[in-house]
Amino acid sequence: MISSHIGYYSLLLGFVISISLLIYSIFYLKKNNQNINQNIFSFLFLQFFTVVISFISLVYSFIISDFSNVTVYNNSHSTKPIFYKITGTWGNHEGSLLLWLLVLTLFIFLFIIFSKKQPTKYRLLSIFFQQIIISGFFLFLLLTSNPFNFLFPVPKEGLGLNPILQDPALAIHPPILYLGYVGSSIIFSASLASLVQNNINREWAIHIKKWIQATWFFLTIGILLGSIWAYYELGWGGFWFWDPVENVSLMPWLCLTALLHTVIVLEKRNLLKSWTLILSIATFTFSMIGTFLVRSGILNSVHTFANDPERGIFILLFLFSLIILSIILFFIYQRKENTSQKNFFLISKETSILINNWFMMYFLSVVLIGTTYPIFLEVIVNEKISIGPPFFNKLLIPFLALFLIFMAIGPKLNWIKDSYKKIKYSRIVLFFICLCISFYLIKKTSSEILFTSILGGASLYLLFVTIKEFLNKKYNASQAISHFGFSIFILSILFNSLFSSEFSANMKIGQELIYEKEKIKFLKINTFDKENYKSVIANFEIKDEKNNIISLYPEIRIYNQPKILTSEADIISTAFFDKFMVINLLKGEEIFNVRYQTKPFMIWIWISVCLISFGGILSLFKRH
Amino acid sequence: MKKNIFYLILLLFFTFIFSVFYIGLDKPNFYTPKEVKNKSLEEFTSTELFSNEQFNSKDIIENNKFTLINIWSSWCVPCRLEHSVLMDLSGKTDLNIVGLNYKDKKNNAIKFLNELGNPFSKILTDPDGIISISLGAYGVPETFLLNNKSKVIRKYIGPLTKDNVLEIIKIIK
Repeated sequence: MISSHIGYYSLLLGFVISISLLIYSIFYLKKNNQNINQNIFSFLFLQFFTVVISFISLVYSFIISDFSNVTVYNNSHSTKPIFYKITGTWGNHEGSLLLWLLVLTLFIFLFIIFSKKQPTKYRLLSIFFQQIIISGFFLFLLLTSNPFNFLFPVPKEGLGLNPILQDPALAIHPPILYLGYVGSSIIFSASLASLVQNNINREWAIHIKKWIQATWFFLTIGILLGSIWAYYELGWGGFWFWDPVENVSLMPWLCLTALLHTVIVLEKRNLLKSWTLILSIATFTFSMIGTFLVRSGILNSVHTFANDPERGIFILLFLFSLIILSIILFFIYQRKENTSQKNFFLISKETSILINNWFMMYFLSVVLIGTTYPIFLEVIVNEKISIGPPFFNKLLIPFLALFLIFMAIGPKLNWIKDSYKKIKYSRIVLFFICLCISFYLIKKTSSEILFTSILGGASLYLLFVTIKEFLNKKYNASQAISHFGFSIFILSILFNSLFSSEFSANMKIGQELIYEKEKIKFLKINTFDKENYKSVIANFEIKDEKNNIISLYPEIRIYNQPKILTSEADIISTAFFDKFMVINLLKGEEIFNVRYQTKPFMIWIWISVCLISFGGILSLFKRH
Repeated sequence: MKKNIFYLILLLFFTFIFSVFYIGLDKPNFYTPKEVKNKSLEEFTSTELFSNEQFNSKDIIENNKFTLINIWSSWCVPCRLEHSVLMDLSGKTDLNIVGLNYKDKKNNAIKFLNELGNPFSKILTDPDGIISISLGAYGVPETFLLNNKSKVIRKYIGPLTKDNVLEIIKIIK
């Protein structure tokens, strides 16, 4: 009860501080002070502090199961383990928005600490723009999704957290993802500030690059965690479903990846200024569009929160005010780049980075259109369609192969100008060898041989080129590691999708079936009573042709609050393949639906994404 | 001048997107329907809106020859349109119409019924939408016509029309 009061009033205080910071920063902009007033600094800290207090009080309400709080009542239950009571805080709409605010205020606070070398006016303007976003979210939270609403009379028991969200990977997935997803707001504010101040130059590029790398790192890891969760919890054995919720996290990622590369051109060559700005603005805009699509209920998805159209209108208005604000600022302040002396040459590193950007923009448009097209079609011609994985695969795979080839060539080129003469015949031969290897490996499968073998060949080529890079003495470690990781990523996804096999049947206890060369025997089931669920664990024995025996223990959990069944897959991971088994209850509780999959190179997908993000974070610590 | 036109087009473009999204918010959101005809409906339990009693779906369905389950919500604009059709249906026949109140606030739901009338024999609640998902619903409004063995005879996605009502009356007679 009391904690909800504390939380609510500190939120109000935070909003007041946000408004005063807006006024304050404009007021100080007019003065020509050398340093930022200490007051602003304390205000920023205080604002961050109020959100932290408010967040802690919500966590506290969850821990003590204070059901007088509507959010706690809707999403918690007293029998839930303490760990999931805490993580339940951000497993719902209201709490996750509070997490948004926490990240927003944290980032502007850190930004001011770490930008002391930058011009004062630029820093003040960054505060100003960030506070516009922050105050918008304060309003959104207070008006439409207050996490501290009261419920009277106080219910004895809560409704419980959706059991599929009760999982360790998913518990840390939102905070990490938000550091990237919401963290991109600081890039948005800083680039608008530098647009107004007209200080888009090398120094600014070096300074903003750190923020881009950090947010990119967190976004990548955040998406990875979500994907791992989907793999073992949703029980379908896939890791990416082109679901709207996944797509909206991929869109800012693609944008940010393009920005990560473009900002290097700005740093080294002082070119592509407007483009860098547009990408910086677009990244956060895509985060906002994603929030709108997912939270308004305009798109339905398997894992959206309970949604409410009232909220949709607020985010929509706010999103478009930010877009229009950026357009107006561009209109007033954008200056023509003086490109006459700094011409682009066709064969140079900057061109290759531009090509990277074109590809990124292409991938981005495919994902964007795939996600929002159903809305447009429905509104304009009143027709309902659903867009699924085939659309994305068809449009992305052919271009991915080309992209990989450029990825192998690009980093080798020099800045400014390079020449054709450097082309080595050995490289071309290598490429054809890769194509042949890939064709040989793939020809036995029944897939589209042309595209898949070119894709396989291109990623093998990138793999060999990056491995050779490591042998060089003077190599760019972060770039080489990330590109190396990417080639493994594509290769493992490719082989995973080509060579996965699935066996599905209804089985009784004691039954034995033969699938290809393996014998699958259903031995028994055991039932256990756990803290807030009943667990049914089955025991299977799989014998392959060489008489190697493995045992798998897939599980069904019957949660008590809310009453929901979840299937927990049992997975045995080795370096070469995953054995994945999941069971489902059929009627009668005697027959089970069994799905058993062999998925090659699964673990390499996770490892390669770690490598990619490791490369990104490595360059954050590089000295200039 | 060129620059101005460019920015104007950009603004118009975003205004267009804005209006599409704005209109889209009011549209029911569901994907291509899949066939659930002749399948049985998942059994579920839920609390009644007014009495707060727990009901099992099977018990309600078994006691009547036919049951119509209508998923609705007070915030859903098409439901408002559909409501007069449901009132019409409940006046003309003695069909057992059960409402499933989807992701709604209790007060709003009651206000909605006070304003437009109550065609339902019972209103079960689905505050977090889990029941509707388990029934295979795509959005609100959505309607299932069931026989007493929980078999889905007809499924209507989107608001019921007058033609649908004629079809339902034909089936239950």
